[in-house]
Amino acid sequence: MAPAVMALDAMAPEAMALEAMAQATAPIPLDFAFRVEPGELLALVGHSGSGKTTVLRTIAGLWRPTVARVSIGGRGWLDTAKGVDLAAHRRRVGVVFQNYALFPHLSAARNVMAAMDTPDPAGAARLLDLVNLHGLGDRRPAQLSGGQQQRVALARALARQPDALLLDEPFSAVDRATREKLYSEILALRAHLKMPVVLVTHDMNEAQLLADRLVVMDKGRMVCTGTTAQVMADPTALRAMGIREVAALLPATVVSHLPDGLTLLETPAGALFLPLLEAAPGTVVRVRIMAHDVILSRARPEGLSAQNILAGRITRIVAGQGPAVMVHIDAGGHEILARITRRAAETMGLQVADQVHAILKSMSVARDHIAAGAPAQGGD
Amino acid sequence: MDWTALFLSLRLAGWTVAILLPLSILSGRWLAYHRFRAKGLVEAMVMLPLVLPPTVFGFYMLLAFGRNSPVGDMWLRLFGHQLVFTFEGLLVASVIFNLPFAIQPAQRGFEAVPVEVREAAACCGLSPWRSLWKIELPLAWPGVLTAMVLVFSHTLGEFGVILMMGGSIPGVTKTIAISIYDRVQGFDMQGAAIMSATLVAISLATITATFMLSARIGRRLG
Repeated sequence: MAPAVMALDAMAPEAMALEAMAQATAPIPLDFAFRVEPGELLALVGHSGSGKTTVLRTIAGLWRPTVARVSIGGRGWLDTAKGVDLAAHRRRVGVVFQNYALFPHLSAARNVMAAMDTPDPAGAARLLDLVNLHGLGDRRPAQLSGGQQQRVALARALARQPDALLLDEPFSAVDRATREKLYSEILALRAHLKMPVVLVTHDMNEAQLLADRLVVMDKGRMVCTGTTAQVMADPTALRAMGIREVAALLPATVVSHLPDGLTLLETPAGALFLPLLEAAPGTVVRVRIMAHDVILSRARPEGLSAQNILAGRITRIVAGQGPAVMVHIDAGGHEILARITRRAAETMGLQVADQVHAILKSMSVARDHIAAGAPAQGGD
Repeated sequence: MDWTALFLSLRLAGWTVAILLPLSILSGRWLAYHRFRAKGLVEAMVMLPLVLPPTVFGFYMLLAFGRNSPVGDMWLRLFGHQLVFTFEGLLVASVIFNLPFAIQPAQRGFEAVPVEVREAAACCGLSPWRSLWKIELPLAWPGVLTAMVLVFSHTLGEFGVILMMGGSIPGVTKTIAISIYDRVQGFDMQGAAIMSATLVAISLATITATFMLSARIGRRLG
């Protein structure tokens, strides 16, 4: 894979930031403004119908809102005020469509070459190597699995040498096992991508694991933007996402794989035992810990089946409308969230600055809630 | 066997196809991709020649392109002869009469190209023209091919319009279908039979070849 990655490094000579904004009421209501730095991955999250795909289409030149501005490195692609509207084929974007939209009559290699300024079979082969499709260049899309088609679509998007890479629900049509693999591959690729990347997804897990920053959309409106920690602290964002999606992201390093089928990881807050991971010792991963899976205890518990006990200090307690409260805990410099009942918090007499132990069942962390790569640090 | 009439018919069918091929691609594609208020009316007008009796259609062609019409008058001044009762006149009528056969199947062909695939082509940097050649046409090809086969076979067998617009001038406007009619009128049943059988054979061969070709394209895309 090394030479292939080098080929990627040679591409995209100058990295530029992407800026996009739009305001429209009809036919599709839109109200957003954001900037994506070179090499940054921004996830647009929201329920279906929240307008996130329309945002992507606006950037790509497939949709024109009433008032909108899209620019890359300060160069305007779209500016309704100035009458600038570059056609889609003149914007240097790489797009991975939800259903890949591969050209059915062309082989994988020819699909990739179609996006090149001058068709280069060797370059196409290198890109296919890069997305782990070595030797499958002659296959037509119909002869490839969903995951393989997704990889061809990614290689084709990269072949365009895009100034911005746009991914529209790229993992929604593949099975869970393939998705986990693709997450790791995307994260590995990311280190070499110099352009801004925008990922549209309805899957909060995906967004948290892959993105540096999130934008939460609701009914076409951007309701919140920031790192995972910032978004999780925003009540409006939580309402838009659904409270059951609240989770913290913890960096962890793989220490060893144990004979009983667990993997031991080290985090700033203590040791974690998780179901066996396919990652070598020393690998840094991001673990998504769901707020509703965390139990709190004042004393360090003993005689408990749960193996993961992380010590920390309460930083905030946020009460909502319902019977639950959200407890924010600083565990070794990283935030853990626990969603417990208001009754429990009152009975325990929990206060800000109290020392607590956060308890997590190993088996409650799903395999696809772990991905290689360290999470972005909060900018607050 | 009236070879002159057969070759005239083949020549007319060939020219009609040559003129209608680009027209069917461009207008079929345009109708497939665009929605507008009067689309239903436009589609109905394209289909009109299909439902009109050929004699009625030929009658209006005579009116539209005859000596007393603006078009006929202009043609006379430009070329020094009338448009009606000439090969060119036949060709004009044939092109218009075949519009539904040329446009409808092509439109269906382009409608079958998924919109995401077209958008992907644009996002790959393909200009609309290159997208047509590299992506859309290879996918819409079965529709366009069907259109051209229909036009060819239909022109070969057309009778009413040709008779109205062209008369029956040997070597100029007397096509095989009219020649067959003449033979029957003259009680030459054997001549009519040979020519009819030839026409059946040509039509059958054309359609069979098309089916085989589109099956091959289908397999290639499979």
